[in-house]
Amino acid sequence: MQLTAKILKKPITSALISVVFGFLVAAVVLSAAGYNPWQAFGALFSGMFAKPKYFSNVIIKATPIILTGLSVAFAFKTSLFNIGAEGQYIFAAMVVTLLGMKLNMPAVLQIPVLVLAGVAAGGIWGGIVGILKAKYGIHEVITSIMLNWIALYLSNYVVNLQAFHQPNSTGTYPINTSGYVMLLPTWKYSDSGKAFLKRIPWLKEVMLKTDVNFGILVAVLMAVLMWFVLYRTTKGFEMRAVGLNRDAAEFVGINVNRSLLESMVISGALSGLAAAMSVMGMAPHNISTLAAFENNGFNGLSVAFIAGGSPVGCIFAGLLFGGFLYGGKNVQSEIGAPSEIIDIMIGTIVFFVALSTVISKIADRLAKGDASHA
Amino acid sequence: MKKIVAIILALGMMASVTACSSGSSSSSQASSAAASSEEASSEASGEGKSSDFKAAMVTDTGGVNDQSFNQSSWEGLQSLNKDTGAKVSYLESKQAADYATNLDKLADDDNDIIWGIGYAMAGAIGNAAKQNPDISYAIVDNEYDEKTMPSNVTGVMFRAQESSFLVGYIAGKTTKTNKVGFVGGQTSAIIDQFQYGYQAGVDYAAKELNKTISVSSQYAESFSDSAKGKAIASKMFSDGCDIVFHAAGGAGVGVIQAAKEADKYAIGVDRDQSYLAPENVLTSALKLAGQAVEQVSKDAIAGKDIGGKTYTFGLKEGAVGIPEDNKNLSKSVYEDAMKIQKQIIEGTIVPPYDKTTYAEFSKK
Repeated sequence: MQLTAKILKKPITSALISVVFGFLVAAVVLSAAGYNPWQAFGALFSGMFAKPKYFSNVIIKATPIILTGLSVAFAFKTSLFNIGAEGQYIFAAMVVTLLGMKLNMPAVLQIPVLVLAGVAAGGIWGGIVGILKAKYGIHEVITSIMLNWIALYLSNYVVNLQAFHQPNSTGTYPINTSGYVMLLPTWKYSDSGKAFLKRIPWLKEVMLKTDVNFGILVAVLMAVLMWFVLYRTTKGFEMRAVGLNRDAAEFVGINVNRSLLESMVISGALSGLAAAMSVMGMAPHNISTLAAFENNGFNGLSVAFIAGGSPVGCIFAGLLFGGFLYGGKNVQSEIGAPSEIIDIMIGTIVFFVALSTVISKIADRLAKGDASHA
Repeated sequence: MKKIVAIILALGMMASVTACSSGSSSSSQASSAAASSEEASSEASGEGKSSDFKAAMVTDTGGVNDQSFNQSSWEGLQSLNKDTGAKVSYLESKQAADYATNLDKLADDDNDIIWGIGYAMAGAIGNAAKQNPDISYAIVDNEYDEKTMPSNVTGVMFRAQESSFLVGYIAGKTTKTNKVGFVGGQTSAIIDQFQYGYQAGVDYAAKELNKTISVSSQYAESFSDSAKGKAIASKMFSDGCDIVFHAAGGAGVGVIQAAKEADKYAIGVDRDQSYLAPENVLTSALKLAGQAVEQVSKDAIAGKDIGGKTYTFGLKEGAVGIPEDNKNLSKSVYEDAMKIQKQIIEGTIVPPYDKTTYAEFSKK
């Protein structure tokens, strides 16, 4: 009994239980709509894993949301709810695209400059929220929601400026090729590259048909780095202390306002990095007029929740989520079920994660029951 | 740690299971590809075999229920399915980055023809066509340079200036304030067709009635921002316009709302939009993407060579026009418009489609 209670108390268990419940509810919805749930789930998983290039696409899809997930999770550790990851992403994507289009340096310079620009832009956008919170105590949820819209409309305005707008399209010109961070972007289309890839069919599929890029390495590195910052440095300790109890933290001499600001800047910078990796790492390497939010940041919220706020957990949650997003499309094309079903499934999973306190309560009760028997 | 290992193992198992199933599907892919090439070679036996035919489309970011050309195209494919038994499916794009992966996905599902809806996808379609020379690709609202376009791509264009000319003529005949408006989405060659066709139509009516009618044009810089469309149209109505035509997709829904609130007239676009405001939609400039999608797909089923060229659909082909029932439109104006329609079909009136042709048209 103690063991069950212990297992149930682990955050990963509640995450897995939520995933299972999400699938169960989706199965009910699917059957109610007249589709065979097993077939649908089969289509979902074959859409994710049936071919190496599908899995490659899952990773590519997951990269930005792992990073925005990290962004949300990091802020969450200092008790900040960064719902503004979306805006930070959009603003950074805009800055990276404009710079990438106008600058044309050798790749060794171009890539770091663009990445830093994205990080800085995201950091500034997050920092605004941080300053308003630290100095004037304005709630970060309100300011970051507003900044999301400001970023959206600013980006749409910039896309339509004549200097950047590609005629007869809905977007800007793409960035210069020196800013690409795909794996061997020019070699793989060259004659020698094609000749080499011809010998290894699966690699050829992955290399030529998907935008394999370095983003996932950056994301994993960042997850580990954030874990290190939070749990192995004084700064991180201060931030977590502020998150756990602001007043107590202040009482022991931690500069709470500075911690809040720093946390928001780092959080924003991570979203900015996500945007930089997307623009530089995958087609179409530009930004378009946005009809609505693209949800790169909001999906990050879900990822952070599924991961229970753990930086390393974000990698797995992000991959799961990316898989749903990409594989989910297969459900439509293979069995004809509307893609909304996938959205319902993801929603249910997040919903059950939010209910994970119930699971830990059950665990408590189990543990107590055990104790009284003994 | 153990648990993480267990998860990875479980995922691995899942992958291996699905990998097995994919093995069989790829072999069937090969056989059906052979079948379709056979089909292409024997033109006569189109009808019987068409149930093997697979057609699919990728929507742009508007989604499949956009009340506009994505929806219309999907309706076209559904009706193709009814008529010929061809298998049809769609993938929705949530963001521009999805175009390439969606197109690639459909190529794996051994589709015979893959549609891209909207000129935003032009680049992605071009790349996909180069990668999969055995599959036919077609795109709505885009034409490629005939010399450089891949031989397996078909462009589909509409002479939207013809239907726009008609509704412009109707607006000119109907206006009481001698001021009409136009709200566009984003400046592009496609929206130019609507704007200049419409202006020419208004001018034509003004000449006939021997008066001057002014046309004010403005762009919403968006195909989705209905609030902005509404704001622009409201301003136009309060400035004295009594009829506003929109070619602005979802932003145009706001134009129709504005007409409803000001109790003036709006002219719909793409589909018969009178259901959005039955009392305030004068007529609609139809652009039946679905009809074109169905037509070209049928040609492909029949084994006709559709690649490497651009189809253009206009009044003559019945893919643009105005609805037959217009309850807010006076009968005499409708009949006059039908006479104009006949002249356009015969070629005596050639509506302009951009700034230069409009300038030439005005000189006459």
